[in-house]
Amino acid sequence: MAEFKLPANSVIKEGKTWPAPAGATRVKNFRIYRYDPDSGQNPRWDTYQIDLDKCGPMVLDALLKIKNEIDPSLTFRRSCREGICGSCSMNIGGTNTLACIKAIGAFDGDLQISPLPHMSVVKDLVPDLTHFYAQYASIKPWMQTRTPAPPDREHLQSPEDRKKLDGLYECILCASCSTSCPSYWWNSDRYLGPAVLLQAYRWVVDSRDEATGERLDNLEDPFRLYRCHTIMNCTNTCPKGLNPAKAIGELKKKMIERR
Amino acid sequence: MSLLTPFKRASGLGSTSDGVKHWWMQRMTAVALVPLTLWVAFAVASHVGADYATVAAWFAKPFTTTMLTLFVFTAFFHASQGLTVVIEDYIHHDGVKVTALVAMKLVLVLLGTSSILSVLRVAFAG
Repeated sequence: MAEFKLPANSVIKEGKTWPAPAGATRVKNFRIYRYDPDSGQNPRWDTYQIDLDKCGPMVLDALLKIKNEIDPSLTFRRSCREGICGSCSMNIGGTNTLACIKAIGAFDGDLQISPLPHMSVVKDLVPDLTHFYAQYASIKPWMQTRTPAPPDREHLQSPEDRKKLDGLYECILCASCSTSCPSYWWNSDRYLGPAVLLQAYRWVVDSRDEATGERLDNLEDPFRLYRCHTIMNCTNTCPKGLNPAKAIGELKKKMIERR
Repeated sequence: MSLLTPFKRASGLGSTSDGVKHWWMQRMTAVALVPLTLWVAFAVASHVGADYATVAAWFAKPFTTTMLTLFVFTAFFHASQGLTVVIEDYIHHDGVKVTALVAMKLVLVLLGTSSILSVLRVAFAG
């Protein structure tokens, strides 16, 4: 059943405040979701007062500053710090995005940071993406061909066919889109969600792939594909500026085309 | 504790190879309802204040009978398609879901049939 209220053990309480050092001039409050399943306590909002004059420009810089200088127990994922690995996806100021390429200056007032919505939380800002990755594996995200590649080179693709992958291959699987989608919130057990469907379309339109029919067979399902009701949260939130809603629309067109 | 692997969980019972028809019919009935609804709205508005005999005579015109029947059928069909999706979206208890789906269909068939029969009755029996 769709749940509209948090279970009692998930209700977020008010947590600690970590005051800014004396003499700080440009102070901003970072309200950060904290949850440690081992403690048996409810999640809480901790407030960290950061001196922006002593902090880098991006949200990830602030998180690293907190972890390095204020509270080493704060847990989050990060790696490349340039928007290409997809590790630091989280909900920042109400929108799912990547902490490393989101400027602190884009937000006025207090900045609230929580993990990706409607996912099990491993700790603090780290969501459990196991099911998301398993769904990705289920669409067989690799090239499938019967025709062997020519012995001296790879399968060829015309520049026009290569262009069809633009706007798709850039997806870094950060899960910002899928976790912004109410259909994915209510039905992620069966609905594949925008990220995985965009990836599925990336292989459906690849001119070199020879499993197009099987791929569409696998997607043709009231839940796997058709839970998308085109509300476009995915496109709105994508930190890479991609359009998963359009990719899903193209998949639906392909389904009609082959009837 | 469940010992299912993540991949087993993600694959579930497999694809049903279904859903295109439902999606397409919902879109088609939506498109058809644009002119039908506009026509019904304007036609009914133009009969405000008319007496029963005038309206019954209007119902009896073959074009009116056809359009009204089509409108009622398409509207109820579209409602059934849409409500099916809503129920599937939000109700996850299998028993409740099936009951809700069947009850919704029965109510819509009942309302749709009686609406069409009302149109035909006025059209043919006056």
